[in-house]
Amino acid sequence: MSNSISVKDIIAKKAAGELFDGAVVNLGIGLPELVASYIPEDVEVILQSENGILGMTALEGEPAEDHACFNAGGKCVGYKAGSMLFDSLTSFMFIRGGHIDIAILGALQVDQTGSLASHEIPGKFIPGMGGAMDLAAGAKKLIIATSHTQKGKPKLLEKITFPATAVNCVDTIITELCIIDIIDQRFVVREMSADISKEELQELTGAPLVFNF
Amino acid sequence: MRSKLTAYEEIVSKVKDGMRIMIGGFLADGSPELLIDAVIESGAKNLTIIGNDTGVPGRGISRLIETDQVDKVIASHVGLNPRTTQRSIEGSLDLELVPQGTLAEQIRCAGAGLGGALTPTGLGTEVAAGKRIIEIQGKDYLVEEALGADLALLKSSISDEFGNSFYDGTCKNFNIVMAYAADLVMVECDQLVDIGEMNPHLVETSGILVDHLIKGAKCE
Repeated sequence: MSNSISVKDIIAKKAAGELFDGAVVNLGIGLPELVASYIPEDVEVILQSENGILGMTALEGEPAEDHACFNAGGKCVGYKAGSMLFDSLTSFMFIRGGHIDIAILGALQVDQTGSLASHEIPGKFIPGMGGAMDLAAGAKKLIIATSHTQKGKPKLLEKITFPATAVNCVDTIITELCIIDIIDQRFVVREMSADISKEELQELTGAPLVFNF
Repeated sequence: MRSKLTAYEEIVSKVKDGMRIMIGGFLADGSPELLIDAVIESGAKNLTIIGNDTGVPGRGISRLIETDQVDKVIASHVGLNPRTTQRSIEGSLDLELVPQGTLAEQIRCAGAGLGGALTPTGLGTEVAAGKRIIEIQGKDYLVEEALGADLALLKSSISDEFGNSFYDGTCKNFNIVMAYAADLVMVECDQLVDIGEMNPHLVETSGILVDHLIKGAKCE
């Protein structure tokens, strides 16, 4: 697993490149949390975390004893000038109400219709959806940041097989190998790693790819 | 105004078998650890716990999952507590997963005298199974019914003796809304001040909602 950290960082860095100046952004628990550390210096985004903060900083290491500010993954963060702290009701008014520009979430599976599975592998793994279903319903743009495969098996499919977290919601998928936009229910590759051929990328993907270059 | 300060032993005596208990906090940030101690000490069984999550091992709601007092959990995310998932898969715990924003709105409805909320969240997923879908202004919404409880356990940063409370940082989370949605409301505070010393601008939970108040571990 030693190289999995660097794969995550590659994905997080690429995902950070999708953010635009002034965007209000929610980062999911896990891999997407790392995106905060790769936001380009000339891009100012306002990070929302569903546990109750708008304007949080990147991860800040071990908390002081009286620290009272965390992200939705329970990790210690700070807040920037101009921040707001709020309760869960207000948080989901921001989220469901269409006030978040970009949500970046992880995935177990994602398919070419834009459906996402991220909260359950029946009988095996039941983390729950947390805020993911609300983010999928309400964020203006939904980006999935995920490894391209899981133990060699494609995570990008024609049709998800795990329970849906959201249907027809995903706009863009970012993996260590490529960036894919979902356009008219097809995987359209916008950019890809120079270390791999189109044929190899297709081999690792469970649905037909369209190459836009 | 009457002081709500209550002895720990009395708090313990209020927890009964079969109660539906709401617990504030988000991954144990803003969780009332002393009130959770009281639930454990009460030995009450067949509890239903309603909370955002089930904490992290050794902290927050997790400590109740580690005893055998809880039959059912209604939460949005339990991924950072392997014991909850394990008990659910074994069949010793009934786990109902609810989208986080929906859970907050269901609790609000119970506390605000509303029958339920209409939300697009969960349409097309298993969350929608068996629920009514209503079309309003050309869009579909799920009907999510109000969700109240017998008892709410909350954690404040500052309370006055009447129960007026403030929650620091990201510890507001579900604490604020839950104060409206349970028959009996208990608050554990990090800091206690006299009535009149709380700045009304900072009060996020009115003391009229609070039945019992107890000083947490951070109080001198």
